[in-house]
Amino acid sequence: MSRLLSEEEYRKTKAFKIKRWYRGEKDPYVGAVELKPQKPFTEDINTMKHRVRDEAILKRKIYDIEHNRKLQIFSKFYRAVSVLFVFTLIGILLYMVSYLPPVGNAANPDNNEVATKYIEDAMKDTGAVNIVTGMILDYRAFDTLGESNVLFIATCTVLILLRVDNRSKKEEEEANDRLYEPKNDIILQKVAFFLVPMIIIFGIYVILNGHLSPGGGFSGGAIIGSGLILYVNAFGFKKIERFFTQKTYKWICFAALLFYCLAKTYSFYCGAHHLETGIPLGTPGAILSSGLILPLNICVGMVVACTMYAFYAMFRKGGF
Amino acid sequence: MWRRSQKKSRAKGDKNMQVFQIVLFLFLIVCAISVSFSRNLLNSIIIFMSYSLIMSIIWILLESPDLAITEAAVGAGITSILFFVTLKKIHAIVAIDADKEDVVEKKGGTK
Repeated sequence: MSRLLSEEEYRKTKAFKIKRWYRGEKDPYVGAVELKPQKPFTEDINTMKHRVRDEAILKRKIYDIEHNRKLQIFSKFYRAVSVLFVFTLIGILLYMVSYLPPVGNAANPDNNEVATKYIEDAMKDTGAVNIVTGMILDYRAFDTLGESNVLFIATCTVLILLRVDNRSKKEEEEANDRLYEPKNDIILQKVAFFLVPMIIIFGIYVILNGHLSPGGGFSGGAIIGSGLILYVNAFGFKKIERFFTQKTYKWICFAALLFYCLAKTYSFYCGAHHLETGIPLGTPGAILSSGLILPLNICVGMVVACTMYAFYAMFRKGGF
Repeated sequence: MWRRSQKKSRAKGDKNMQVFQIVLFLFLIVCAISVSFSRNLLNSIIIFMSYSLIMSIIWILLESPDLAITEAAVGAGITSILFFVTLKKIHAIVAIDADKEDVVEKKGGTK
């Protein structure tokens, strides 16, 4: 049984709040989420006149709204066609989903001989004890090359977006950078003094043992990158620029990616036919084993470490 | 993998591990939901960090330590650091204490 609520009771219910939000009477984000307050939008009278005149010219002369029948028809049918298009797309996708094999069926195409082949032959083929690394850097090395290139392209994009070119602005950014932070925090510096070498050595260990134990280029590189970030936080950009600048970043990334390309794409331009490298696979379990996997791991690790640090530096002050 | 580990733990009669896994999954779901419902952006990043940490433990339990290392380094480490820096860039983190300190310094200077 429903009963009519009084006005005050109705104001406390969720339905009232949703209705208020739907009508746009109150924005639930205002006062609830931290937002930087924006300046109220004010427009000069001259610019407003200019804008109105421009809009009128645009309507009258360029589109010729009154006499352009094509545009009228287009604007009428545009919405209907877009809605129709979306529903057709949803229908097609759902129809295609119905063709997918059922989950957990033993006859599914993913239950084929590939996984068995990897598990049985990986050690013999690649010489890597860690099958995952053997797969990533030997069977599927070309995919990993694409991944490291994606990282490089991502850094380029962040560089385009966040780079501060102007010298005076750069100084301003640097002054602004540590506005709310202690500049030479003694606790952070002492902790970083002990932790940074440990983190970087652990990262190097993870990279070098990528073919023996869990880990590999990507995770080791990320660990080294976070070590570098901690170093920057503790000691500032001036100290890290003694050994790591934009030039170092460029050359490390360039050399690593070039080596990777030359080492692995030869099979691609030799007709996607796997060629022997000539490097002996060695005894599985030794550090110097498994052919090309160790140098490729080092390359991926260097690219990832540099990229992680470059992201951070770019976000902090728009450049190295 | 999940089923295999489940079977293994059942064969051992090790029910504690299973309970631990279920607790971790519950934590994961709670974290994932509360990230989007938290109103303070700083809090939601910290919850996101703990989500990654729980996820990396779950990766270990699912017998893929490679992913666990990567998740811990990238998910809990670098991604959240980048989020923090972004929050500072858009002036969403403004330290109240630092402001007070500034005021105190100014007062001290005038005295």
